[in-house]
Amino acid sequence: MNLLTKTRLSLLLASMALSGMAHATDVTGAGSSFVFPVISKWAQDYSKDSANRINYQSIGSGGGIAQIKAATVDFGASDAPLSAEDLKAAGLGQFPSVIGGIVPIINLENVETGKLELDGQTLADIFQGKITKWNDPKIVAMNSGLKLPDSAITVVHRSDGSGTSFNFTSYLSKVSPAWASTAEPKGPGTGSAVQWPVGVGGKGNEGVATYVKQIKGSIGYVEYSYATQNKISYTKLKNAAGKVIEPNAAAFAAAADSADWASAKDFNLIMTNAPGEKAWPITATTWIIMYKEPKSAEKSAAAFDFLKWSLEKGQEQAKSLEYVPLPASLVSKIEDYWKTEFKK
Amino acid sequence: MTENTQYMSAVIPDVTSESEKRAARDHRHDAWFRRIMFGAALLVLLLLACIAGSTLWGGALAFKTFGFEFLTSTEWDAVNGHFGALVPIYGTLVTSFLALLIAVPVSFGIAIFLTEVAPPWLRTPIASAVELLAGIPSIIYGMWGLFVFGPFMAAYLAPWINDYLGALPLIGPIFQGPPLGIGMLTAGIVLAIMIIPFITSVMTEVFRTVPVALKESAYALGGTTWEVVWDIVLPYTRTAVVGGVFLGLGRALGETMAVTFVLGNAHQFSASLMMPSSSIASVIANEFSEAYTDLHRSSLIALGFLLFVVTFIVLAIARLMLSRLSRKEGV
Repeated sequence: MNLLTKTRLSLLLASMALSGMAHATDVTGAGSSFVFPVISKWAQDYSKDSANRINYQSIGSGGGIAQIKAATVDFGASDAPLSAEDLKAAGLGQFPSVIGGIVPIINLENVETGKLELDGQTLADIFQGKITKWNDPKIVAMNSGLKLPDSAITVVHRSDGSGTSFNFTSYLSKVSPAWASTAEPKGPGTGSAVQWPVGVGGKGNEGVATYVKQIKGSIGYVEYSYATQNKISYTKLKNAAGKVIEPNAAAFAAAADSADWASAKDFNLIMTNAPGEKAWPITATTWIIMYKEPKSAEKSAAAFDFLKWSLEKGQEQAKSLEYVPLPASLVSKIEDYWKTEFKK
Repeated sequence: MTENTQYMSAVIPDVTSESEKRAARDHRHDAWFRRIMFGAALLVLLLLACIAGSTLWGGALAFKTFGFEFLTSTEWDAVNGHFGALVPIYGTLVTSFLALLIAVPVSFGIAIFLTEVAPPWLRTPIASAVELLAGIPSIIYGMWGLFVFGPFMAAYLAPWINDYLGALPLIGPIFQGPPLGIGMLTAGIVLAIMIIPFITSVMTEVFRTVPVALKESAYALGGTTWEVVWDIVLPYTRTAVVGGVFLGLGRALGETMAVTFVLGNAHQFSASLMMPSSSIASVIANEFSEAYTDLHRSSLIALGFLLFVVTFIVLAIARLMLSRLSRKEGV
């Protein structure tokens, strides 16, 4: 053989060998900023176990739902579940991924984290603009040991559509008739984007955290890991059982345990204002939404591989970021749901 | 002519001279050049019409549902499907005009300094510094506004403004408000810093075109620098100066990220400059990716169309002002 033939033959063999190698799939997901911290950590650790790459964009639950309906991403993540009709119409299925808590955060001098106590009605009144000063009698009554200043409360809410807002407003609707009122005067109600009566809007959990850190005398609400990672003061809340609870993983787990998953079709269950003794009142889960008949079998298989890994091996990382791993019974229900509903 | 002549011309070869051929070719090339330039201008007009038309089409549902109430309502309720554009329009107009109010005198000062007052060795560094400001991305301005200027505003400026300016008799309520550090005043100041380079560069260029003879004659007659600037330079360059100002205003009206960071995204109408508000661009940026009901999306596109209309009205007012000034001068 002359040199040219040898070169051509070796190039041909090399290309055949390369094509035989498994190539990594890129899986894209988008949605809730509530789970962004934990999905990022999972994606990072998963990349050590697998060649696939997971790319998750935190654009808000509403964005996640819109993108999965438009099939521009492989999985969507939403803090608000889709109704059974919506799921059926679009050919989607949903299942929980991880449980977390939403905490009210404050910026008050002389008040350390976890010292201020509030209850549901007071929180709703603050966010509705009915309580405007920190030394209002209702707040002082619950916090006799604290020196509260005579300054205005600045409310910080979300400016974008958000599942965090959905769960927070769902809790406020459950504990405050004025908030849920549909008769005049109308309350803001439950939704991922409501008409907030007062306050400034921050974009994303990150935006709310930044504003609360900047503005003195402000109150806002974020997912728990944003409060702990950014070292922002949070408050205690009185739950449905009348006990004052500090937000932490144990309190979120208590809320998840007292929830009745067996009777929820497509896992459609809002856990706010949970009845348990030790339950944190604003506990939420994020649902992963995927097509039952996948548009791309390869990407769907890669996404399921990642989600299976996260349910079985990712729970330690979830705990380190103060999320609550799903109870084992729920994990097995989810895996059964995959087998029956999703075509691989 | 006789028949012979006709025969003669049929036999004689065509002798249009070289120069005639060249002239014909140049004429053809010129015609094509004019057509292509006309096409380019037409393309711009066509694009403008198409963008305006598509935003009007997209916003048609919102306009049909709410009618004129869309322009006067302050509600923005995504849950119940009531949308009103008054707060975003108000926020956009107030922050832009505040920005102009601060930027125009400053730009004017910089331009006069660069053309009349500065010693030659100082002109280049200052001109370069101003051009650098223009190159900074707008989101950097937003971040600077939120993390550096906002806290400074909240700690020092806002309490002073609330206590002293807020106590003035008639205009007091405009300056009263809690020391948030973000709000219409902060957004106006950040926008002013963003548009200064644009207005300055147009003004500087245009001030340089004033004939030296005109200025020298004025100085020779005993005019002070201020008199020369106000009575000779400005009237000569009036049209271009107004054009530069409206270039800056156009940027301020459409600025998105910087305003979203520091304006506070509140949908409540407030007369006070210290309070948060929202602007058309910030509302669209915040809500468009999650607006998945048709009415919500249509309302956002309708807001975009309204921004078009606002810009158009402002430009028309500018032209009117200019023509009235020209008429007064007898030009």
